[in-house]
Amino acid sequence: MTKVTMTVNGKAVSGDVEGRTLLSSFLREDQGLTGTHIGCDTSQCGACVVHVDGQAVKSCTMLAAEADGATVDTIEGQANADGSLNVIQQAFQDHHGLQCGFCTPGMVMSAAALLKENPKPSEAEVREYLEGNICRCTGYHNIVKAIMAASGQDVPALAAE
Amino acid sequence: MPKDTGIGAATVRREDVRFLTGTGEYTDDIQLAKQTYAVFARSTVAHGTIKSIDTSAASAMPGVLAVFTGEDFVEVGGNPAGWLINSRDGEPMKEPKRPVLAHGKVRHVGDAYAAVIAETVEQARDAVEAIEADIDELPAVVDMNDALSGSNFVHNEIETNQCFDWGWIEDNREATDNAIKNAHHVTTLELVNNRLVPNAMEPRASIGSYKASTGEYTLHTTSQNPHLTRLLISAFVLGIPENMLTVIAPDVGGGFGSKIYHYGEEALVLAAAKKLGRPVKWTADRTESFLTDAHGRDHVTKIELALDADGKFLAFRTDTKANVGAYLSNFSTATPTFLHGTLMAGNYTVPLVYVNVKAVFTNTAPVDAYRGAGRPEATYSIERVIDKAARELSMDPIELRRKNFVKPDQYPFASAAGLEYDSGNYDALMDKMEEVADVAGFETRRKASEAKGLLRGFGVNAYIEACGIAPSNLVGVLGSRVGLYDAATVRVNATGNLSVMVGAHSHGQGHETAFPQVVAEMLGIDPGVIDIVHGDTSKIPFGMGTYGSRSLAVCGSAVVRATEKIINKAKKIAGHMLEASEHDITLSDGVFSVSGTDKSVTFGEVALKAYIPHEYPLEDIEPGLEETAFYDPANFTYPSGAYACEVEVDPETGKVRVDRMTAVDDFGNIINPMIVTGQVHGGLAQGIGQALVENTTYDENGQLLSASYMDYTMPRADDMPMFAVDHNQGTPCTHNPLGVKGCGEAGAIGSPPTVVNAVIDALQSGGKNVTHIDMPVSPARVWDAMQNAE
Amino acid sequence: MYDFDVEKPGTIAEAATAMGVEDAQALGGGQTLIPTLKQRLASPSKLVSLSSVAEMQGITKEGDTLRIGGATTHAAVAADGSYPALSALASNIGDPAVRNRGTIAGSLANNDPAACYPAAALASGATIITNTREIAADDYFQGMFDTALDEGEIITAVKFPIPQAANYQKFVQPASRFALVGVFVAKLADGVRVAVTGASNEGVFRWTEAEGALSTDFSASALDGLSVSPDNMITDLHGSATYRAHLVKVMTGRAVTAAS
Repeated sequence: MTKVTMTVNGKAVSGDVEGRTLLSSFLREDQGLTGTHIGCDTSQCGACVVHVDGQAVKSCTMLAAEADGATVDTIEGQANADGSLNVIQQAFQDHHGLQCGFCTPGMVMSAAALLKENPKPSEAEVREYLEGNICRCTGYHNIVKAIMAASGQDVPALAAE
Repeated sequence: MPKDTGIGAATVRREDVRFLTGTGEYTDDIQLAKQTYAVFARSTVAHGTIKSIDTSAASAMPGVLAVFTGEDFVEVGGNPAGWLINSRDGEPMKEPKRPVLAHGKVRHVGDAYAAVIAETVEQARDAVEAIEADIDELPAVVDMNDALSGSNFVHNEIETNQCFDWGWIEDNREATDNAIKNAHHVTTLELVNNRLVPNAMEPRASIGSYKASTGEYTLHTTSQNPHLTRLLISAFVLGIPENMLTVIAPDVGGGFGSKIYHYGEEALVLAAAKKLGRPVKWTADRTESFLTDAHGRDHVTKIELALDADGKFLAFRTDTKANVGAYLSNFSTATPTFLHGTLMAGNYTVPLVYVNVKAVFTNTAPVDAYRGAGRPEATYSIERVIDKAARELSMDPIELRRKNFVKPDQYPFASAAGLEYDSGNYDALMDKMEEVADVAGFETRRKASEAKGLLRGFGVNAYIEACGIAPSNLVGVLGSRVGLYDAATVRVNATGNLSVMVGAHSHGQGHETAFPQVVAEMLGIDPGVIDIVHGDTSKIPFGMGTYGSRSLAVCGSAVVRATEKIINKAKKIAGHMLEASEHDITLSDGVFSVSGTDKSVTFGEVALKAYIPHEYPLEDIEPGLEETAFYDPANFTYPSGAYACEVEVDPETGKVRVDRMTAVDDFGNIINPMIVTGQVHGGLAQGIGQALVENTTYDENGQLLSASYMDYTMPRADDMPMFAVDHNQGTPCTHNPLGVKGCGEAGAIGSPPTVVNAVIDALQSGGKNVTHIDMPVSPARVWDAMQNAE
Repeated sequence: MYDFDVEKPGTIAEAATAMGVEDAQALGGGQTLIPTLKQRLASPSKLVSLSSVAEMQGITKEGDTLRIGGATTHAAVAADGSYPALSALASNIGDPAVRNRGTIAGSLANNDPAACYPAAALASGATIITNTREIAADDYFQGMFDTALDEGEIITAVKFPIPQAANYQKFVQPASRFALVGVFVAKLADGVRVAVTGASNEGVFRWTEAEGALSTDFSASALDGLSVSPDNMITDLHGSATYRAHLVKVMTGRAVTAAS
């Protein structure tokens, strides 16, 4: 076991981990942050996306030991300071960008990373950026709408409903 | 002016807040005190005789608490099929036992033959590797034709591998044969409805726990219908008294059918929890999900359509082989029969239908209901053969459909496949589809595609489904071993807020938001004071669960009935409070008034009186304000729709891109249009996925080649267009109190033939006489078809 | 996963020492290795994480050569832009989260027959720099998952000559998003090189007939008379050998058109 220390959602945390302990396991099991989900074994579904040092990564495909000393942000730390939904979260609710909710944390974290890189993405850019996030419920339509809306872009003009 | 509350309002979902903040609670998120972990030893061969299993080394491994094999479950029951199907000759279907753990033989890759319980998952995994299983591999039965004619048997006692040979409607067989023999034109199509893996994003998981002091068991599990799971475990598998078993399905990350069924892992964790006196958790990894979740579809069909010289349909005849896999999953026998054959008249006045389905055991994962369940298979067969007929007869595919539609004045309409459609207007749906899809602008778009070197095709489809399953009396006659009603309790608390306990489980469908809209509308109160309770058998009266687009039509109707009872009782209480007859009391905007007076009491005051019954007419009314209703529908509901798709095909690579997808559906009345639209979107993506990318491939040895997301293609955001969805053409259901029909499966039913019809149209426009390509219409298959058409 | 130790050296020399232990394995971004470990298909005693080795990070342009540190992520290469075709290739590997972790050395050391980077390295005539030597791309790729690397040898950097024109065309395998067929075309001072990934049972390879034709006439029509033999091409559930052979020609033509 080795000791790892990191800043998770603004709080310093530490724990003893095995070499094989994944960042996702550290977050879910040691830290009780179960909003980060595990939907596959091959680094494709994206339900486990968190930010490490500001970058989106798949926490099921990163060792906890590799995140030693890093700043980690998860879905649990995304809401505004007063507990209200942040802009992206609110847009997901307003535009029905989630159904069962299982892929949602990864979607929100990927969306946050996208909008940081590209504040006004086109619809095609949003879809391309979500290549590593699989949703089985929504058909992506409302996720794309939500992210466009969160970026301040006109949604009705986009959707042929 | 759209409403902002109650029935018809696009209310945003209250459940979203917990999901968006990472505070939902799915089964694997739950950690019980002293929890242990189960890992299963699963067969790596598709078919084999278990000669011996030596668990001694595994048992001695660090952290190992127990090891189970099939031997430990010989004395308990099997996981049953919920629907008895009789063959054409009257013989009942073959029902081999489906044990908790394989015993004697393993029958598919992934079939569990042992389980290790250990302190940690990794210790359990280590120990599974130390189990020495001597399994004598047998030839695998994979192809359905080989299964029916071969000499290897999935179950030794079933020496044909045939589960049943079902005819529908058997009395119409001869007349159908004659109609086809004598018809002006017969169009024939052989097609495959490809096997799919449901792939809810949350893998299955279960935690069993046991309290020795009381003998109570609790199962947390990923279920669409916790009561059904409890019933199956209690009555058939482990014999735990139903009142000693609580089944809790907490937040569940999608189901799509795959979490309807009871699985052996649930029984194992309960039995292990009792033995160890500690909770036992099991969570599937994705490959386990691929290997062991019930798959969907997998039909091979020959369909014939007979037409007269005017294009009127005279008969449909189909011959289908349906793969049920290695064991019968709970609804596996209903799906290819009564959820499929009964829809084989489609939206049409065709007078004759005959459907033959042979269900076949193979050494593959069990196959059962997946979003749509039988109805996508029926729709695909019908709507593909109609398209082919239109091409053969040089008729417009929309006009050919219209010519044969059931017309609005024909309801109730007795279909040739045995159902009574209660309402609909298929021409109106088609009209709207033509408008929304801008059919008129297609030729211009086709030219624009051609200028880019791409082939553009237009595909159309009309579908009908039977939802809101189902009238218990009817399904009982047809072989169902369960009733298909649902239940709800409305509990008005003393302080005026409400808990509504519903039998339907919500795992994406938005019940926590939609059901309060109904109750709030009826009571005239703020939906915010109404809380929905679901997923816990200890809190809910009963429930048959969520599948078959039934939650609102059946459970929602139970909610209405229970709320009506609340209103009736509340009127009595209000009448007493206002010193008036209950018959003179009216309820409006949450206020009970005496007609023609200014005397009134609020809903909240009545609630308080019910629980603080001072000066209360105890001889006439019981204290309390809580009512339960069980609702059993009078008929199925019949959603229908008209869909259109435009694709672009790259003739050099065969790559298909869906450019436009239009869905116009009749769901009857709508409670929450935002949620309904979302349900359609999801169904469309699954249908487009089936049509273009999703395939489940077993090799000749029964190895699953598509056992991870590296090889099984899940539709991604960049595979999908924005969808055009309309559901404003609803004709209310005539027999349930809300007039609703159900919307969960429509998109997955209507879209596959629409997409394939569009691809064929594109290739034809490019001068390639391609008449059919089996799904998924992959680039390689399109390219091959184009080469062969030259 | 079986358990293993994790070591995080700060220099190449320390990394080389750490790799000296039996069954030690280098860990780049882990985007392939960790899923492999989850399936218990490998049991290293120790993973030597290279992400903290500062001298293996970063991209430097020296004249017409681009030197990319082995631990440089796909995202960093995508953002660089000095060699546009290479950046474009990197921007289409996996997905954004994978690109934030996956590294060029990890990809080249694994040499997946459907990976993108091997096509770029081979077509560009890159040089693979290890802690002990420099290996020409033509000598480096030795078949599916097989390379010239010795046990314990670490790719520390890759040097790419920047071509006069280049383009990579990837026809994706729809599930994995690896290349079903990917073709990298590079027009260099001494001729055109064409490397193909995803298609062959032998891993990445050069299509020499096309190189000859394109060196004479750098246009898609130069390929007209050529065909690719399906012998030894991959057949799987996503496409036959014949289909892949066909795609090689189509993708090569598109790469040439896009590059010219």
